[in-house]
Amino acid sequence: MIKTSMGLDNRKMAFWAFIGSECLLFGSLISTYLVYKGRSLVGPYPHEILNIPFTSFSTFDLLMSSLAMVLALAAVQRGDMKQGKLWLLMTALLGLVFLGGQFWEFSHFVHEGLGLTTNLFGSTFYVLTGTHGAHVTVGVIWLLTLWIQALRGKLGPGNALTVEITGLYWHFVDVVWIVIFTVVYLIQ
Amino acid sequence: MSEQVGAAGAHATTGTYLRVAAILVMITLIEVGVFYVPAFQTVLVPVLLVLSAVKFALVVMFYMHLKFDNRFFAFLFGGPLILALAVAVSLLFIFYGAVRLRS
Repeated sequence: MIKTSMGLDNRKMAFWAFIGSECLLFGSLISTYLVYKGRSLVGPYPHEILNIPFTSFSTFDLLMSSLAMVLALAAVQRGDMKQGKLWLLMTALLGLVFLGGQFWEFSHFVHEGLGLTTNLFGSTFYVLTGTHGAHVTVGVIWLLTLWIQALRGKLGPGNALTVEITGLYWHFVDVVWIVIFTVVYLIQ
Repeated sequence: MSEQVGAAGAHATTGTYLRVAAILVMITLIEVGVFYVPAFQTVLVPVLLVLSAVKFALVVMFYMHLKFDNRFFAFLFGGPLILALAVAVSLLFIFYGAVRLRS
């Protein structure tokens, strides 16, 4: 483990700086959505197409994946790799469920006539939620890579920081969704 | 609230993680409930923004361990977060201000 002059781990510090930059990325996308909110000249409009019960389930799913992630980290830190593998896999599976839901939602919206270039709502909605979905996809691949490493016996308490950094990324994806769920789905 | 010291510093216990998860689920249910109750329509936006901010803070403090970790990490995260919020608020003021002036 390489420490910075502040005595902090360099990987963790770099990753927090990366998350800070991600705040600006999603901040700009959410700002763009808000600026163009309610300015579509043609439908479908948000209130006609957004499915709140379905998205509430997706939100619940992502919150539970965050719980699974912290349980995975706690298990790896105490050297319980059996539990660690289980919770890592659970986190990845819950992420896959979220992605499946997003794929279904996008397919449904396209079927209803909302494409990327249909109106301002379509453009800003797909770019914002699609960018978030791409982040979830990267997170799932990352988690499955860690799970495979754990299966091969290459992940243990000595690599707890690697799992913690993966967790930071995953939880950040979760907090971004908390904001998207409120701003896009609930405040119409 | 008890804490345990792991390889990467002091973190919350499993019990705390479970309690935070329960609170997050309850807040989500309240958010959806508020959305469907017509009486709340006048205060819907501020109520939802506050509830969302509480969820955001809970995940960042307990699941991302910012409550227990070095404060410099909070600075690395909080600085850009405040900047992003300022950009969002400024854009909304500029855009909607311009629209109001034209009309």
